[in-house]
Amino acid sequence: MNVMFWILAVITLGSALLMVLNKNIFHSALFMVVTFIGVASMYVMLQADFMAAVQILVYAGAIAIFIIFGVMLTVRGNMKQTNLFSGNVEFAGLISLAFVVINAIMVTRTDWPLSTATPPEETVSTIAELMLTKFVVPFEVAAILLLVALLGAVIIAKEVKKTS
Amino acid sequence: MIEFALHNAWLIPLLPAIAFTLIVLVFKPMPKVSAFIAITAILISFLLAISIGIGVIQAGDEFVEHPLKQVVTWFSMNGLEIEMGVQIDPTSAMMLFVVSLVASLVQIYSLGYMHGDPGFSRFFAYLSLFATSMLGLVIAPNLLQMFVFWELVGLCSYLLIGFWFFKYSAREAAKKAFITTRTGDFGLLLGILLLQINFGTLDLMELGSKIPHFTEYGLTAAGLTVIAAILFLGPIGKSGQFPLHVWLPDAMEGPTPVSALIHAATMVVAGVYLTGRTLILFKTVPGAMAFVAIMGAFTALFAASIAITQTEMKKILAYSTVSQLGYMMLALGAGSLTASMFHLMTHAFFKALMFLGAGSVLHAMHNDPDIWKYGGLKKYMPITYWTFLIGCLAIAGIFPFAGFFSKDLILEVVWANSGLSGHAHGPFQGLYSVLFVMAALTAMMTAFYMFRMFFLCFHGELRDKHAHPHESPFSMAMPLLVLGFLSVVGGWVGWPTLGEGQAFGYFVRLGEFEHGHWNFFLVGLSTVLALIGIAGASYIYLFRKVSHEELSKKWATPYKWSFNKFYIDEIYLWIIHNIIDGLGRFLWWVDLVIVDGIVDGVGKLATGLGSILRRVQTGKLQHYALILFAGVVILVIIMGFADNSLSVSLLGGAR
Amino acid sequence: MIGLEHFLIFSGTLFCIGLFGALAKRNAIAILMGLEIMLNSVNINLVAFSRYITTGDLTGQVFAIFVVAVAAAEVAVGLALIVAIYRNRMSVNVEDFDWLKW
Repeated sequence: MNVMFWILAVITLGSALLMVLNKNIFHSALFMVVTFIGVASMYVMLQADFMAAVQILVYAGAIAIFIIFGVMLTVRGNMKQTNLFSGNVEFAGLISLAFVVINAIMVTRTDWPLSTATPPEETVSTIAELMLTKFVVPFEVAAILLLVALLGAVIIAKEVKKTS
Repeated sequence: MIEFALHNAWLIPLLPAIAFTLIVLVFKPMPKVSAFIAITAILISFLLAISIGIGVIQAGDEFVEHPLKQVVTWFSMNGLEIEMGVQIDPTSAMMLFVVSLVASLVQIYSLGYMHGDPGFSRFFAYLSLFATSMLGLVIAPNLLQMFVFWELVGLCSYLLIGFWFFKYSAREAAKKAFITTRTGDFGLLLGILLLQINFGTLDLMELGSKIPHFTEYGLTAAGLTVIAAILFLGPIGKSGQFPLHVWLPDAMEGPTPVSALIHAATMVVAGVYLTGRTLILFKTVPGAMAFVAIMGAFTALFAASIAITQTEMKKILAYSTVSQLGYMMLALGAGSLTASMFHLMTHAFFKALMFLGAGSVLHAMHNDPDIWKYGGLKKYMPITYWTFLIGCLAIAGIFPFAGFFSKDLILEVVWANSGLSGHAHGPFQGLYSVLFVMAALTAMMTAFYMFRMFFLCFHGELRDKHAHPHESPFSMAMPLLVLGFLSVVGGWVGWPTLGEGQAFGYFVRLGEFEHGHWNFFLVGLSTVLALIGIAGASYIYLFRKVSHEELSKKWATPYKWSFNKFYIDEIYLWIIHNIIDGLGRFLWWVDLVIVDGIVDGVGKLATGLGSILRRVQTGKLQHYALILFAGVVILVIIMGFADNSLSVSLLGGAR
Repeated sequence: MIGLEHFLIFSGTLFCIGLFGALAKRNAIAILMGLEIMLNSVNINLVAFSRYITTGDLTGQVFAIFVVAVAAAEVAVGLALIVAIYRNRMSVNVEDFDWLKW
């Protein structure tokens, strides 16, 4: 299990890094897909099977396509130069690095109250139960939110007909 | 009557005040009624003054030791009591007499002199106001009341000098008088305040008893000398001592009755009177007294040297007044209240006489003041001629006229203090010797210039062919006669051999009564000097043995200096234009550049800072996000690695 | 042994990579992609906590599902915005979007 973790971690982080450092936006998008799949595998390591499935369905399936749509609709010029760094790259790198370091230090210093119970075999039923009893209101609200987002995206992206 | 007058002396200044109010509020359109009210009021005051005088003389030395004082408390608070009232003692009684007499005579004179002037009522109103102020000044029991009336007489002087306000020169002269005396009054006020602070009182009698023990009040002799010198600045301004004498000659812009009343007999002697009232202060510190004496003697000599070359009658008389005031100050500086007050009285008589006579001449010559246009007026105006002659003889100090006794007394007291007399004491013997010589020299010059003027005006031939001189009306001639009479007999109260109960010096004195005696050396010296002066004047101007023009060319430089008043006015103007106005311009620059610079600078600072700081708003979201996360990182570092209390305070405090 | 710390450090690193992408790239879509990575890392965090600290109580995973839903909605709207801006300004370079500057 340790080995798997390390391999998957390297893949995920590596592809995320490549996604960020790449100058070609399409390549970045493809690397992002790999990252999503890596994250899904991490879920599996965490015994969260339903989460892994959702991740692949939603992220790697829908959102990645969405992004690619966006890329296709907005790209112009030389493909190789579509994803350059902005002027703040050094500063941003510094902050990110600092954040990583601090986070690592904090995490290792903290005394986590770990539990010794065994994780459930399959999570779907538990999640379903929670979702429809304890968290039913957020569930419904999330549905409405998705509807609203759908409508909103349509309206925003609609072309404005010029009246002559 | 006498008892009534003694106990109601407050009426004396009140009556002219009532006249002033009535004229100003009611009777201004009616000139004859105004004059009538004013003259009635002043004559009643004069009668009361005579009654008081008689009462004081009859009481012997009672009033000398215990002056009659009536006061009401005007204002009192913790540590400060201000009273207003009346103090009757021989000095104030004498002053009351002199002031009300000259005021009455001048008002009667003005009936004729100001006849037909459109400001006739206004003139009498101002004269009444002045009479009030001066009378209130001389009976003041404390320095504060004296100061109040001091300023009032200054105001009346301003109003009366600038009476013909449509004349530019009159306006300027009035301003000059007021500002110059104000400059002196600054010192006077400081001196009064210092006295109040150190001695706790301004009452003259209390000060008289406290000042000799000044060491008990924490003062050194040097400190008290400084206070006295500062206090003396007021009299320097008001009584025209050098260097604040410059306003007196210019004050001749006012009508001649004004010059006679204010600038000869009464207001200008206010300084002498104040110094006389506070003489105990000067006597306690001989240094201050020497200062007074030096100022007096120098002024006397200085003014006389200017009067020799002047060409306007009133200006000569003005410089003569300055010179005689110097004499009075010199007498005070020699420590003798008697001599000073005596000369004050006789001077009031003969100077007022001569001014009114000059007014007569001006009236006859249609206000042309140049004496080179006069001449031979003797046959046209005999009354004026003879009274003027009496005045000149009096001022020259010829026996038995009034000026002889008073001037002689002054010379005597200065001689007594000087090393020349052989029995003086004190550290300033040599100084008083010098001052004596100056005084003697001035006496000779006085005789010279007075008779120069006299001969030029009244003898010889009328030089201006187009003039039609005539004698003055009775209203103008009558005061001349009265004053002429007093200039003859007025000095006899100071006959040296008069004893207790009779001599002037018995009543008006500070300290013990000293019996007078004839000092024939001094008498002879002063008479000889006067005669030399008269002879010199007659040599040049009466008998024409020497041409005055040749003399003025031969002594060209002294003549020029004397004629131009030693350029004092020009020096003052230079100081004002360059130093005072320069300071003003400098401060204007400071205000414009520095103060406005600071104010504008604050504004510019805000604007500048704003224009720098606004560049933070770049409009780019990534920048904002960067700053945000940088902040988060810093906060996390602080909270993670610093100690607990800091984290808690960052979180906003914990319960 | 793979413990909680490993997952936490992993997700933290992923978060920072996403942060770097969001802060340092010019293309608006690249920023959106960084944003998605960040959200994913948060999800991993939640699930890890749910697994190691409150084992059996899957509230963390439910939370993560909701995050996924909201993230999807957000990407939709965000891309619509980017398309609209592109249509207007012919550019998706965020350095050009500075109309709110001084």
